[in-house]
Amino acid sequence: MVERLKLTGISKHFGAIRALHDVSLSVREGEVLGLMGDNGAGKSTLVKIIAGNFRPSSGDIELDGESRDFHHPKDAQRAGIEIVYQDLALCDNLTAASNVYLGRELRRSLGPLRIIDYGRMHRRAGELFALLKSETRPRDLVRKMSGGQRQAVAIARTLLADAKVVLMDEPTAAISVRQVAEVLELIRRLRDRGISVILISHRTPDVFGVSDRIAVLRRGELVACKPTANSSPEEVTGLITGAIEAA
Amino acid sequence: MTTTLEQAIGQSQHRSVLSRIMSLQVFWIFLAAVLACGALSVLTDTFATERNLFNVTRNFAFVAIIAIGMTTVIASGGIDLSVGASVVLSAVVVGATMEAGFPLWAAALFAIGAALLVGLVNGILIAFVGMPPFVVTLGMLSFARSMALVLSNNKMIYEFGPDHDLLLWLGGGSTFGIPHPVIVLVILTAVMSFVYNWTRWGQHVFAIGGNENAAVLTGIPVRGMKVSVYMFSAFTAGIAGILMVGWLGSVTTNLGTAMELTVIAAAVIGGANLAGGEGTVFGAVVGALLIEVIRNSLILLGISTFWQGAFIGCFIVIAVAFDRVRSWRGQG
Repeated sequence: MVERLKLTGISKHFGAIRALHDVSLSVREGEVLGLMGDNGAGKSTLVKIIAGNFRPSSGDIELDGESRDFHHPKDAQRAGIEIVYQDLALCDNLTAASNVYLGRELRRSLGPLRIIDYGRMHRRAGELFALLKSETRPRDLVRKMSGGQRQAVAIARTLLADAKVVLMDEPTAAISVRQVAEVLELIRRLRDRGISVILISHRTPDVFGVSDRIAVLRRGELVACKPTANSSPEEVTGLITGAIEAA
Repeated sequence: MTTTLEQAIGQSQHRSVLSRIMSLQVFWIFLAAVLACGALSVLTDTFATERNLFNVTRNFAFVAIIAIGMTTVIASGGIDLSVGASVVLSAVVVGATMEAGFPLWAAALFAIGAALLVGLVNGILIAFVGMPPFVVTLGMLSFARSMALVLSNNKMIYEFGPDHDLLLWLGGGSTFGIPHPVIVLVILTAVMSFVYNWTRWGQHVFAIGGNENAAVLTGIPVRGMKVSVYMFSAFTAGIAGILMVGWLGSVTTNLGTAMELTVIAAAVIGGANLAGGEGTVFGAVVGALLIEVIRNSLILLGISTFWQGAFIGCFIVIAVAFDRVRSWRGQG
């Protein structure tokens, strides 16, 4: 399989603080990479570098074999990197379809005016939800939705953008057990469509349930990156806490 | 399996049109206003007269016009306390320039321009400097009203130059028996209902009010949007200011004093949520109508006007309490 996103020797310093040191990591097409680590291990710094919020102090980011330098989140978004934020960044007071299309509403002409094309937005959003096998109605307000349905809306946004890499920041942190299963299923659907998913999570069972490989960060360094099948929750916990030096 | 999923996605909420209407706050407020009008027509022989209805509709039009601007600001998650000051500023500018011999159209442009400038400064301080809307517009309330005093030297203006009669006709006259402020209100209501529901601008106002962070992340130009929202609010106040001068036939510097509170009350009674993200144009109009009907009915029924505040206050609290009850039921 092709390497989709490849990080080589990424380091990031904030003044004297070393947030990341020489991290090399890659994700293949249609692969789910679980990114784990304790608070302050550098997970969110790494995510922000991939998403274009920060530029690395040194190191190289390659997307589909091409070296990239993101100065702004928009650059990363245009290149096909989408983020599903922990709080999902949804507007509760709008419908599911409006949220999927927020900021890129479809429009049609009405005489000299350009008006929002709700019909097409509802139809397309419905197709995306069907693709994700999520029972989410485009016309319903997000306020009335379950955690799983909200995730479906946030993920449908990334499908709309034709993403190559989707970063998911703690998608299962604050939802019920049944909904966790729903979200993991959504991640599998993304993977089946050839999208590379980087799943940032604290929850070992979720990462083991869905990821193909697991990367562990500790104090800014990558201490392990191995196939999920060759690892165990005990080993990963040891790697996170430092009880196991490296694997 | 697939078909059932697609059916589930395709179906709309299983609610009849009636139950949807019944769940709207604005429906109940409208009902209250209609019932009050009905009761007054029976109880007094003065309410349902042409003269009184003409007055009621014209009086409420000024508040309703600004309430539409206020609802937009509130829907975006802000508040504008400076509208009353924008009214008097616009009124003084139109009065002073017409007294100096300018035609109505030029004076109106100056007045609207002054109001838009107020909105622009509000918007820039809120969106780009990041100050709280309450503080910025409170400061502007004081500043703009003071500017009106400076410009007019606190003198009453009642001579409006060559277009004197045109101005009085514009604010106080009527066409086909409908007072001009009401015509302006109807047009503004129609245009803004369309804008709220069918344009990107409308959609983005509600997105910002619903979750500003999400709006930023999805690339909506939130800062520019906020500036435009405060300018729109000031614009409605400017329009109302010009019409009020024509109606009153004079400009005094106490015009629009405490009007911002009535306007906010109208917007809130009409369903605007001060937390942002909710509100309708029609609601703002109905809220303003209800306030005017209360005011008018107390006068006609011979009840002391000191009671006005008590009634309006109760309605504000009842309207918001109703909204609370509805959201509890919605979650249950």
